[in-house]
Amino acid sequence: MADKTFWQSFGALAGLAAGAVGGLLAFMLVLAYFADLTFMEDASSAAVDYEQRSISIVIEQEPPQMDSTRATDAVSGMLLGHLMEGLLRYDGQGNLQPGVAETWEVNSDGAVFHLRDSARWSDGAPVTAHDFVFSWRKSLEPETASAYAFIMYPIKNAEAINLGQMPSEMLGVVAEDDLTLRVEFERPLAFFDRLVAFTTYYPVREDFYESREGRYGADAEDLLFNGAFVMTNWIHGAEIELMKNERYWNRDSIWLNRINIPFITADSNTHLNLFKDGKVAMVQLASDTLENAIENRWSIRRFAEGTVFYLSLNHRPDRLTANLNLRKALYYASDPAELVYRVIKLPGYLPGASLFPSWLKGEHDFLRREYPVPPHPVNVELAREHLELARRELGLDAFPPLVLLVGDTPTSLKQAEYFQNTFKRHLGLEVRIDAQIFKQRLEKATLGQFDMVAAGWAPDFDDPLTYGDLFASWNQNNRGKFRSDELDAQVRIAQGSTHAPERMRAFGEIQRILLDQVAIIPNYERGRVFVADPRLEGLIRRSIGPDPDYSRARIREN
Amino acid sequence: MWNYTFKRIVQGLITVWFIASATFFVMHSVPGDPLLDARATSEEIRKNLEAFYGLDKPLIEQYGIYLINILKGDLGISFTQQNREVNDIIREHFPVSATLGILAVLFAALGGILWGALTALFRNRMPDIVIMFLVVLGVSVPSFVFAALGQLSLVTINDWLGRSLLPVAGWGSVQHLLIPSLVLGLGTMAFLTRLMRSSMLEVTNADYVRTAKAKGLSATQIFIRHQLRNAILPVITVLGPAIATITTGGFVVELVFAIPGLGRYFVQSVQQLDYTVIMGTTVFYGGFLVFMVIAVDLVYGLIDPRVRVR
Repeated sequence: MADKTFWQSFGALAGLAAGAVGGLLAFMLVLAYFADLTFMEDASSAAVDYEQRSISIVIEQEPPQMDSTRATDAVSGMLLGHLMEGLLRYDGQGNLQPGVAETWEVNSDGAVFHLRDSARWSDGAPVTAHDFVFSWRKSLEPETASAYAFIMYPIKNAEAINLGQMPSEMLGVVAEDDLTLRVEFERPLAFFDRLVAFTTYYPVREDFYESREGRYGADAEDLLFNGAFVMTNWIHGAEIELMKNERYWNRDSIWLNRINIPFITADSNTHLNLFKDGKVAMVQLASDTLENAIENRWSIRRFAEGTVFYLSLNHRPDRLTANLNLRKALYYASDPAELVYRVIKLPGYLPGASLFPSWLKGEHDFLRREYPVPPHPVNVELAREHLELARRELGLDAFPPLVLLVGDTPTSLKQAEYFQNTFKRHLGLEVRIDAQIFKQRLEKATLGQFDMVAAGWAPDFDDPLTYGDLFASWNQNNRGKFRSDELDAQVRIAQGSTHAPERMRAFGEIQRILLDQVAIIPNYERGRVFVADPRLEGLIRRSIGPDPDYSRARIREN
Repeated sequence: MWNYTFKRIVQGLITVWFIASATFFVMHSVPGDPLLDARATSEEIRKNLEAFYGLDKPLIEQYGIYLINILKGDLGISFTQQNREVNDIIREHFPVSATLGILAVLFAALGGILWGALTALFRNRMPDIVIMFLVVLGVSVPSFVFAALGQLSLVTINDWLGRSLLPVAGWGSVQHLLIPSLVLGLGTMAFLTRLMRSSMLEVTNADYVRTAKAKGLSATQIFIRHQLRNAILPVITVLGPAIATITTGGFVVELVFAIPGLGRYFVQSVQQLDYTVIMGTTVFYGGFLVFMVIAVDLVYGLIDPRVRVR
């Protein structure tokens, strides 16, 4: 009696359970099919593989934009640097080398580039001067809305085209024949050769671009390559594979057959674990993973990555920081060395002293050796004197809190707390920290809702002007609205002169004015710490251009 | 039944519309500007971008256009990945989150029911105390700790074995699924264990269990037929929303294990103010959650005749 019902209900239950499990499994298989899952792990995923001439690496994020005319970020720039080649390129020492251009002549009002006839696209067609004309025009057309269009403004009519005042055919670039590219400048210019290595100046072939119908750069098959590697696989957010480009004119200098990117994540602990597990050839270290790397006794390498960080002060007239004496008080009270060595405590970082980083080249030597920054002693007494002067000039009894706008990363917060503490201790000033995520910080900075904002600037090209015009009154990135006619005049010299000593003198003057006027309070030059597989050789780290650069890397045979 | 189903679906649609509208207006009112980038652009470029994304129109008109586009199934183009449509992002990355999520729910449900029933059987004895201690840990420790611990133990085990037993991170094979989905399901498993235990104990003293005993049924029979079946009901109730939260809440696990799921896009889009991706993922996840809740309500009737609606 009971047995029958028991078995019936048990059977029903077991059937239901089995059905549910089976259904879920079947559903999973369907999903696995859509998610392209295999049942075997990829065997060729070792960090370095001498036999296959293959390496695996991890990147921080999915490249947001692989269309070189519109790319702005470091990850896209790094990948494009492996896949594309401009007229010129940087070598491992940061010197310009011939790229698609075999020879070139640059004078003060224009340049001619003679392209090599061996340069090929990955589909076999020759790279011609027309491909450069097309991509440069494309970058400047207002419809493209390229954020880096400004880097082409030295070319004749570029700015007018970008502002929609002229058709792009008016651009001062002509393909005289397939292998000759003639460029006309808007005004005399000294450093055009240093610009053409930049991402936005890479070539794009018109017929291919048009054939993708607005999807150029969206997927691996929507790209055409002329660099050392081709992209053979791109699963968004998951995996990217680069293979050696057998049609690259300089293929004999490329040893690696394959650069595999099976991991895309920003988590620095994951990076470290992948390196420890022998899955990736190089990882960048953060403050929390550095200690772990030291414990593992890995050989830790570092290099000055070159981005300069500073507090940009708000010079709008309604702000307290518009007062020079207040700015001087803040400047004399702050100590970049203390910030770097006792607060940030990461190897590779250098105390900031100027807007111009220490690695920038001047005329013969580093710019900062040719135009040294006067030593900046911390002087609390002097700072207090200036503060008192400021208080009287402003007619205040006491200072209201100053707003320090910063990002929300751990390093930014440490930096902010350092200044909050320092200004309180030395000057008795209250600082209110306003930590914001990236887009909100940018908006507040653009609208001027701050007294001090933590800012940083990474170089775009190898000339001091990449920093030099930042505080010109017309520069959109001058978010503190610093304004000095004297500085503007020097920026015009730096932009327009073709006489190197005169230009360097102008940069020296710009540096002096910024410090005298306390337009900014320098904080630090960022460093990078990383560990790399000991068998990997020829990895290039650089401040300007694609970084890291694996294109010339090789693997040591154990 | 059909009437009821229809009513629920209409209610669900209204809920999704409400979610879409609220997100739209809240998103546009938070400070921040999606078009700003580290390199400042000129007014003209900005105007072009605004026109491209339709931000140059009045807000209410944008809202109207947005609703029409949703009905057409067009969620627009991402602000941060300017070549990709939000539809593509969801289509490519949701299956990843779903695969992971379903496996996690499977772990959680089977584990929760088993452990819960077990602890109830061994009430106040050693296995009960040990498991309940672990459950408290599982409920209170956040998933990023489990994720980091899980990955660290994998590295340690691989290091110790001298070969790769299971991949530390990444995506592409079934092996990549195991540890992340276990980590993802752990919290829910602990929660379900606790729920299952208390509801098992509740039915132990129920009249019908006593009746069954009086009828002379064996312990196994009573356990499976009367206790387990009745105790499982509350678990089923929370399972629907749990599936939705697990599938959508995998952000941390996806980040740590480098898994290309939708959760990463969901969270990053908010940080980067990627308007179209915020809207697309929110509406999609909102719809998914509403659907799961309705589905559970309907399935509930099939399991328990007493709550079947007419």
